Amino acid sequence: MPIKTEPFYLNLGPQHPSTHGVFRLRVQLDGEVIVDVEPIIGYLHRGIEKLAETRTYTQVIPLTDRLDYVASMTNNLAYCLAVEKLAGIKVPERAEYLRIIFSELMRLANHFLAIGAFLNDCGALATPLIYMWREREKIVDLCEMTCGQRLLFNYMRVGGMSQDVPVEFMPALKKFVAEMPKFIGEYEQLIKQNEIFLARTKGVGILPREMAIDIGASGPVLRASGVNWDIRKKDPYSIYDRFDFEVPTGDVGDCYDRFWVRMREMRQSVRILEQAIGQIPAKGTVWADVPQFFRPPAGEAYGHIEAPKGNLGFYVVGDGSIAPYRVHIFPPSLMNVTALRDMAIGWKVADLIIIFGSIDVVLGEIDR
Amino acid sequence: MTVITSGEELGKKIAEAIPGSVVSSDKTSVMLESKSLAQVAEFLKNTPGLDFNYLNFATAVDYIDYFELVYRVLSMEHNHSLILKTRLYDRENPAVPSLVAIWRSAYFQEREMFDMFGIKFEGHPDLRRLLTWEGFQGYPLRRDYL
Repeated sequence: MPIKTEPFYLNLGPQHPSTHGVFRLRVQLDGEVIVDVEPIIGYLHRGIEKLAETRTYTQVIPLTDRLDYVASMTNNLAYCLAVEKLAGIKVPERAEYLRIIFSELMRLANHFLAIGAFLNDCGALATPLIYMWREREKIVDLCEMTCGQRLLFNYMRVGGMSQDVPVEFMPALKKFVAEMPKFIGEYEQLIKQNEIFLARTKGVGILPREMAIDIGASGPVLRASGVNWDIRKKDPYSIYDRFDFEVPTGDVGDCYDRFWVRMREMRQSVRILEQAIGQIPAKGTVWADVPQFFRPPAGEAYGHIEAPKGNLGFYVVGDGSIAPYRVHIFPPSLMNVTALRDMAIGWKVADLIIIFGSIDVVLGEIDR
Repeated sequence: MTVITSGEELGKKIAEAIPGSVVSSDKTSVMLESKSLAQVAEFLKNTPGLDFNYLNFATAVDYIDYFELVYRVLSMEHNHSLILKTRLYDRENPAVPSLVAIWRSAYFQEREMFDMFGIKFEGHPDLRRLLTWEGFQGYPLRRDYL
């Protein structure tokens, strides 16, 4: 005689270590198998878009830091690009190079945390995360050396950077870039062939190519599904067209591919950093002389970048005053999480944690 | 480099295929009649040569007299982009067809616009508030919300 069963609801979060922030998942279970997943977001909503309307263009920059706080300097860049487009400001050469250097450092810093936390979710508790943290600390130290901050940098300005890097910065950066390939090799050795890791991630949480495009996924999540789409290549902003690098892609779109794409991206970031160190002009201003209260003309501009998590865009509308009329933030994490339900159905709760970890979301930019 | 499709040329094409759908067009964008938004979206996605298969971002701006909805669509195959716009003049009850059936990436973004501006998306499978809680009063990103 078949036993009658009832669906069981499980709440994951908002305060749960595996949700990477205040994120709630309402999971419907049949035994341990997932029947339905509903992401509930908004716990970290601070109304950044509304706050931006009451501040001058420069005062919005610290707000953007609080979006993707794992790689906060990339948010500065996307916002500055949009405003520079609106106001028609040209950025000095040295500042362009510094922007590239810091966005690639941020990509490394983000991927360290993404992979480390992902392995944490897989059950490799703390050890890989601390290994990754060791190198992330070095990047944070480089940033502290430059702008005095370790998390929310507020370093870029419309028209360049707030200040030049100190003299000790370039030697420290060169040392970091030189030793980085060794460390990436070390991580690969530690993780790539690990049998438990392969069993937990290979073929789990597949995001098919068509669906990835349909849900508007971007970044490593999109590329792991086999779409060769990187804004640095497809729509080069800043001076990315001067660098030689490859865009790694996956084939299947499972958790392992997402991990492996990030791993290979780190090597490419190191390549870009090496080239940028070689090309950066030794002297020169880092800030176009933009007045403190500048008034861009009425109009609208869209600036987007390939942030570590995907396509980060800012749609800025100006009305000719010193404050933006509207700032819309288009976060990559929100789009990437759209297909979580499709990826998780049929898997077990323990796999849901891995699938969610492999997407690499940060709630600061989902909730804004 | 992503080519920005000329809105003027494409506007003519859209107007030919779906008469009465285009209000105006300029270099980068096409302004549409709000009623025919879903039809135009389907045309843009499924016409060979255009293949706009990727909805980049969707947002609204409150210009007090009207709400302007902005969609940036993209073709990954041809690497070209276009901005679609539409205006909603009814402040009490703004409504527009949902695009979730055409581009699923509109799912959360339309919920967000409903939450922040009170714009109703007809045909959205699950139109609820996204960032604020259930029972929240008012629409925070409207200009008259303080």
